[in-house]
Amino acid sequence: MVRSQQFRAVVRRAVPWLVPILIFAAWEYAARTGLLSARVLPEPWAVLKAAWHLLQTGELQSNLKISAGRAFAGLVVGGGLGLLLGLLTGLSRRAEVALDTTVQMLRNVPPLAMIPLVILWFGIDEGAKLFLVALGVFFPLYLNTFHGIRSVDRGLIEMARSYGLSGASLYRHVILPGALPSILVGLRYSLGLMWVLLIVAETISSSSGIGYMTMNAREFLQTDVVLVGILMYALLGKLADVATKRLERLCLRWHPSYQ
Amino acid sequence: MSSIPLDPLVVDGLTPRVSQIRTSGSSQQRHGHGAAVSIRKLQKSYGERTVLRDLSLEVARGSFVALVGRSGCGKTTLLRVAAGLEQYEQGTVTVESANRQQADVRLMFQEARLLPWKSVIDNVRIGMPKSALSAARAALRDVGLEDRAADWPAALSGGQRQRVALARALMHQPKLLLLDEPLGALDALTRMEMHTLIERVWKENGFTALLVTHDVQEALVLADRVLVIDNGGIAFDQVVDLARPRIRGSQPLAELESRVLAHVLGSVARDQVTVCC
Repeated sequence: MVRSQQFRAVVRRAVPWLVPILIFAAWEYAARTGLLSARVLPEPWAVLKAAWHLLQTGELQSNLKISAGRAFAGLVVGGGLGLLLGLLTGLSRRAEVALDTTVQMLRNVPPLAMIPLVILWFGIDEGAKLFLVALGVFFPLYLNTFHGIRSVDRGLIEMARSYGLSGASLYRHVILPGALPSILVGLRYSLGLMWVLLIVAETISSSSGIGYMTMNAREFLQTDVVLVGILMYALLGKLADVATKRLERLCLRWHPSYQ
Repeated sequence: MSSIPLDPLVVDGLTPRVSQIRTSGSSQQRHGHGAAVSIRKLQKSYGERTVLRDLSLEVARGSFVALVGRSGCGKTTLLRVAAGLEQYEQGTVTVESANRQQADVRLMFQEARLLPWKSVIDNVRIGMPKSALSAARAALRDVGLEDRAADWPAALSGGQRQRVALARALMHQPKLLLLDEPLGALDALTRMEMHTLIERVWKENGFTALLVTHDVQEALVLADRVLVIDNGGIAFDQVVDLARPRIRGSQPLAELESRVLAHVLGSVARDQVTVCC
């Protein structure tokens, strides 16, 4: 009985990995038999070797560090502003009347459409990348913060007021915790957009970062390095997602769906 | 009567003054410490619709009064006016404690309205200073939930949540406790347990209680006086002079129940006649 249960648990853990393993096997096979030209897609083993090589020269680490630094700087600046402005318009009707229409108009401009203007403004250095990432992550955080604050249960606010809470303590104990699930949804959206914008910003022009590494490798037809770069983006994206999930689990311990 | 849009005294009563809050957690207050409620010629409407018209009501200190009536008869509005949560057009509403001061009022809502992101004990001591922790524990013990202090509200059953809400209200040692159908969503057995609990804390704490319910039996089990509210006014006033704890299904209770019910239902019949003609 126990053994069959353990076996089932192992199978349940293994199943999600079955498809990736099969794909890798087929890929390796196709590359070895020459069905797939190395220029189109090098064999997985070559990608691993390239990654190992890049790790040994330290190129991968330094580029990763630079890309992650840019991404998080953009997130802090844009996301921070989005959060602050969302709090402001969420809490004050006057601020909403004054600002929300403008923000909603700007929101409909795709951040990537700003690239020509951004290049004119900032040239091609760090400022441009920071601006693009910050612009992209601003809106999801702003919208979800605003929406989160506005959808806090009126009954809870009424209760808290009648129990003597007002002003700062009302915000701290009732309104902000009530808006938090929505704010965290905004954060997850922002993180997704953050990588997209960073990739685009880095591939336009730069002299460092994962985007630069892949574009440079493309010049020299190093398909294996290009693949390493793409895999790095996948890895970073996954890491960011895991981090937000952890954060949600920590902040929303009270929520029935996290118990 | 002078037309005062909102009695400032009543609104003040909602803000607990720290000096009034006793954090000893003792529930030794005796009868007579409850607030006296005096409502005179109250008029309240939502837009075109008049919900309460020319309603006058005196509630004695430390008594337990139940308001029954059909949905939409204005009983919840009356309670919310007494709580200072609603403004009104005409009349006066005063809630006065024994020393002629504005009394502390607490309201138990239809839903427990616990903050889901705070543990049970933190919910109980909401709006209280940090030093109130032991008092909060005592309040939880009073409602029999001391062992759930560290749990999230989501982990509690409906009846337990209302017990936490009751403990939260008791923490502030209110002189007037307003109960807005707090047991409406509970099953019959849990309701009976809650009746016993509410009756006990009312006796121990000596506050005045005003209960809104549509369950006539519940009103008769708990209250000294049952008022039938209809069409924005008091249609019937029944004093319940039975020994406590009252036994459900006993002869005198059943007689009172049918009499009060007749008045609740009678108002329906009368309305239907008006609609027909």
